[in-house]
Amino acid sequence: MADAETQREAVLDALDNVAERLAEEKEYLTDLDSAIGDADHGANMERGFGKAADKREEFAEMEPNEVVKNVGTTLISNVGGASGPLYGGSIMFASQELEDGITAETSVAFAEAYLNKVKDRGGAQVGAKTMVDALVPAVHTYKKSVEQDDLPPLEALAKAVDAAERGVAFTVPIKAMKGRASFLDWRSVGHQDPGATSTLFILEELLETAEEYLDGEIDRDARAEDAVGRDE
Amino acid sequence: MIGLVVVSHSAKAAEGIAEVAAQMGGGNARIVPAGGDEDGIGTSPDRIREGIEEADDGDGVVVLVDLGSAVMNAELAIEMAMDSEAVIADAPILEGTLNAAVETTSKKATLDSVVERAEDARDYRKLN
Repeated sequence: MADAETQREAVLDALDNVAERLAEEKEYLTDLDSAIGDADHGANMERGFGKAADKREEFAEMEPNEVVKNVGTTLISNVGGASGPLYGGSIMFASQELEDGITAETSVAFAEAYLNKVKDRGGAQVGAKTMVDALVPAVHTYKKSVEQDDLPPLEALAKAVDAAERGVAFTVPIKAMKGRASFLDWRSVGHQDPGATSTLFILEELLETAEEYLDGEIDRDARAEDAVGRDE
Repeated sequence: MIGLVVVSHSAKAAEGIAEVAAQMGGGNARIVPAGGDEDGIGTSPDRIREGIEEADDGDGVVVLVDLGSAVMNAELAIEMAMDSEAVIADAPILEGTLNAAVETTSKKATLDSVVERAEDARDYRKLN
């Protein structure tokens, strides 16, 4: 990707887009969380990313990886609950991978580090009805698309978002094995996981932002067909 | 002396546990409560990190936790408190803190011995 200044602008724009999206989806996330959790996910995510986006001025002189790191620490201090360490702590940890700038290669390393930290910290595997169900398909698809299929990062990210979308759908018919929802046992079946859903929203906004900064176009109709597995 | 940090979702619970444990430690133990978050019930990585830094006199810190996000936030706080050596004891928070407080006042106490004493509390039965 481009020089450090452009990279920083891209990170700041992504932050704004994510904060705006989570504010729009606050009620939806809260509804999902009130079905199987403690009804605070929407408010927590809006507050955390809102506080981070408010620091745009403060971030304006930092290296791109420093901005990402500071987004993480801001989330740690402002999100609360288990989402603070899971989202904020993992972003902070994974930001190390961006020390040499944001490229296709370092973005894969960032994504993998983020996923691994979430899994270590939360102890959830695929199928536990958590954000991991969206993250694992997204990160695996992104890595494979970049490293083996040599796709441009924008296309790889579009495929990752599709994969995350399927992961979110997968959380609906399965039983929660982690977090507060697991206390509901079979009653959790039939509800979509709020953490997987907010993870998808974040990825969608990263894609929106990437479209502004990276070459290439995404065929949205093809994406939709691909997402439901009609077309390979 | 090894310090202790008590992390509960309730600030009052953390303070109360620290109070009982301080008495067991004969008033010499270094016990810092770090319960609740900005909104009340919850846990805060920033508070826990400050607690670790306050409890540490250079010999290290053992962190006692209640459940759920307390564990994750304590892990994160330990990573953030980079100048302090701190570990979490896998123990019931009240009984574990009492045991640990007694052990920290021993001249031979180490981080391992304090964790071990705290974790002994896992097997305590209350009847018989």
